Amino acid sequence: MIIYKIPLSSHKFQYISGKFQIWNISKIPQTKFPENFRKSSRPQFTNCPTMIVMVGLPARGKTYISKKLTRYLNWIGVPTQVFNLGQYRREVLQTYKNYEFFRPDNEEAMKIRRAYASNALKDIASYFTKEQGQVAVLDATNTTRERRGVIINFAKEKGYKVFFIESVCDDPEIIEANTMQVKLSSPDYENYDKEEALVDFLKRIDCYKMSYVPLDEEKDRHLSFIKIFNVGSRYLVNRVQDHIQSRIVYYLMNIHVTPRSIYLSRHGESELNLLGRIGGDTGLSSQGQKYAKALAEFIRGQSIKDLKVWTSHMKRTIQTAEALGVPYEQWKALNEIDAGVCEEMTYEEIQATHPEEFALRDQDKYRYRYPKGESYEDLVHRLEPVIMELERQENVLVICHQAVMRCLLAYFLDKSEDDLPYLKCPLHTVLKLTPLAYGCKVESFYLNIQAVNTHRDRPTVNRSQATLLLTIHYLLICSRAPVQKPSPA
Amino acid sequence: VADTTLTRELTQNPLKKIWVPSSTNGLPERYISQRKVCMTNCPTLIVTVGLPARGKTYISKKLTRYLNWIDVPTKEFNVGQYRRECVKIYKSFEFFRPDNEEGLKIRKQCALAALNDVRQFLTDEGGQVAVFDATNTTRERRETILRFAEQNGFKVFFVESVCEDPDVIAENIVQVKLGCPDYTHCNTEDAVADFMKRIKCYENSYQPLDEELDRDLSFIKIIDVGRRYLVNRVQDHIQSRIVYYLMNIHITPRSIYLCRHGESDLNIKGRIGGDSGLSARGKEFAKALGQFIQSQNIRDLKVWTSQMKRTIQTAEALGVPYEQWKALNEIDAGVCEELMYEEIQQKYPLEFALRDQDKYRYRYPKGESYEDLVQRLEPVIMELERQENVLVICHQAVMRCLLAYFLDKTAEELPYLKCALHTVLKLTPMAYGCKVESVCLNVDAVNTHRDRPSNVDVSRLPEEALLTVPDHH
Repeated sequence: MIIYKIPLSSHKFQYISGKFQIWNISKIPQTKFPENFRKSSRPQFTNCPTMIVMVGLPARGKTYISKKLTRYLNWIGVPTQVFNLGQYRREVLQTYKNYEFFRPDNEEAMKIRRAYASNALKDIASYFTKEQGQVAVLDATNTTRERRGVIINFAKEKGYKVFFIESVCDDPEIIEANTMQVKLSSPDYENYDKEEALVDFLKRIDCYKMSYVPLDEEKDRHLSFIKIFNVGSRYLVNRVQDHIQSRIVYYLMNIHVTPRSIYLSRHGESELNLLGRIGGDTGLSSQGQKYAKALAEFIRGQSIKDLKVWTSHMKRTIQTAEALGVPYEQWKALNEIDAGVCEEMTYEEIQATHPEEFALRDQDKYRYRYPKGESYEDLVHRLEPVIMELERQENVLVICHQAVMRCLLAYFLDKSEDDLPYLKCPLHTVLKLTPLAYGCKVESFYLNIQAVNTHRDRPTVNRSQATLLLTIHYLLICSRAPVQKPSPA
Repeated sequence: VADTTLTRELTQNPLKKIWVPSSTNGLPERYISQRKVCMTNCPTLIVTVGLPARGKTYISKKLTRYLNWIDVPTKEFNVGQYRRECVKIYKSFEFFRPDNEEGLKIRKQCALAALNDVRQFLTDEGGQVAVFDATNTTRERRETILRFAEQNGFKVFFVESVCEDPDVIAENIVQVKLGCPDYTHCNTEDAVADFMKRIKCYENSYQPLDEELDRDLSFIKIIDVGRRYLVNRVQDHIQSRIVYYLMNIHITPRSIYLCRHGESDLNIKGRIGGDSGLSARGKEFAKALGQFIQSQNIRDLKVWTSQMKRTIQTAEALGVPYEQWKALNEIDAGVCEELMYEEIQQKYPLEFALRDQDKYRYRYPKGESYEDLVQRLEPVIMELERQENVLVICHQAVMRCLLAYFLDKTAEELPYLKCALHTVLKLTPMAYGCKVESVCLNVDAVNTHRDRPSNVDVSRLPEEALLTVPDHH
């Protein structure tokens, strides 16, 4: 038995064919080619940073799309950030007076606007080069060909791809709804009363209308873009260049703004839960059965229109759904995380039989893959079609499992990879998620049926310090293999 | 809403390992369902629109192949074929002249006959999607179809292909029209001339789908072979998937190379699954593969592997960058991992028999089925469609699934496709299908192919079950 001190930060080791391998946390065999090094278990989406550039008059949903798209891309593992010019403006100006700032003949204001727009571009460059970002969303009106030209030139110089997303809407009801929902509560209108704010905002839109040049099928045929008409009834898609743009288009074509709620719940307490064992495929305990009945009553009480019910393929979620007395759909993709060799063990048993695995899991619970099992990262990949379908649907109740529910919740509440595996999803509690403005309202309903607690908190490991003692069995070290620090992706 | 005190007992279906309520208290089977691509009760009619030689049949056939592969029963109905059955011999483009009364009558009859078959497929034969492949260039013809669909409760989705690039059109004509039965007795020049006149017959009355006039219809307009798309009113999940697929396919010439990892240590022992390394012969294959790939002089080749040691070791020998996909991992044999077939027969004779009864749908206990594999591989297929030259180094069951997609094999045929070790399949899209070249790299390996034995009954004797097991050490 050999004991090694291994720096925490370089837990990836060189793979030398045949001789030995030290599996890294995600059990991904490391390759000889540094350019092939990836932190995730998924293939490259793009080699080249991409700028997504929003286009459209105010109150057309640009910020809504920017934030939602960014949340989705981050969730699937593509580092993305929004750069909202309105925010840059507020930082420069401190207080907003009125719409006059946006008048096209306001030279002074134009100068200021060009300046902070240029700062935003600089920040984007910095995000790509210094922070390993892959996608930057420039959230601004970008309504003139001239402005878009500036952005295109900037991107060309730096070697970034550009993809435009234009939102076109002439339905006055939608515009009014947008305005009421998000504009009037913006920091700009803190000191205005509602009616004055509305008047000022409409004048603001007028300032842009005069010079608005929409993307054109003919004149802009060399650009890559999607034009969204009237919140998705029609799309014009031009020159999709690569995989990530194709995924973005698919996502945008599946989202909608119809009000609805998503209910997330775990199965009722199971027999293995009672024994403190993870995984497996057991049925409900008697408390779990009580929960199933309580869930049915709760759902009836909510009077939900056209509710769809989804479960996994595992007995415990199906038994829970059965008590509802309504049709339900089984998704294999909703199955609990596969704990591989640790299936049906207690945490104590895992500690006893696989202590190094247990330690590795606590180091990086998101990327850690059980031997012959899965990681949270794998789960997210597996759940992507579920999220896509949830976006298409309206009212849905998803009866699933702890790790699965954490992944879904992280998507809706924009939680990071670090936080995701530690989100609290206790048994016998329903979370009701309702999209609201730019985010999601969460209501938690504990249905008052006792259950065990299955939540294991983040252990107090100091991750910024360097070393962790590991005991490793069956190790043959090849002398020419230095422990290499991974090069940035 | 049923009385919730009558909670149904659950039993696990032995083949698919799916928990279903046992029908003890008479509640209907259709109460629960497995997540399928097509969750709607409402069949969909896809209607192509466009002048001749715009790729309508290419799109119809490809889309049908894809939908069937992801388990949506789909069939295409090509009106040209109905016409050929009706008018035995094709004389010339004159048949298609807009003032040819007789011609118009026959063409309308053929369209209606095809629609009738569509109705039968979607209503009586369990079909979920029918692709109505014809020019459908007039608003009047499309109205007829819409009325037909409404009467029968079908959703309609139009796929229009618009293309004015003369090079693309010429290439289409050469690739598929000249070889078509209409022109078997024609020389190339005459055939091309006639066909161009045929296109002219349609041009004057062509009414493309219009953003305004057709704003209530569901459609996708594909412009210039995918440079631009106009998508209007996508109604449901299946239409959304169809749009995504159509936006990812291309016609740039390229080849896809499929092969398995080199022979592994577990292969030699006749054991399934696991994560072992290459045997000596497997390493030889890896070297030979490297040489073969070099000799092919492939432009910008991408290499993909699974995350299992044996495919990665194989790729390592190529000396080029490669990408690892977890989705390409071999089928998970659950409790049967690393067992020999003899051991599976001994420990799990029932499972072994069930597998032979329905190898596509059979799921190993705590493992996967071929059906699961196909679902897992769908993103791989989607990305293969987007890419150009790719070498995929994978595993037996995985390769069978991918091959079935490219060669349009059924669920019954798929699990028995022959994918031998140390053999590379080169697939090149051609006309409406795929050319396959099989290259055996002349490095010996064990045979891992197990044919379906004649006796699949659970009561069979062990010898009968093991009859078709390939030799191993």
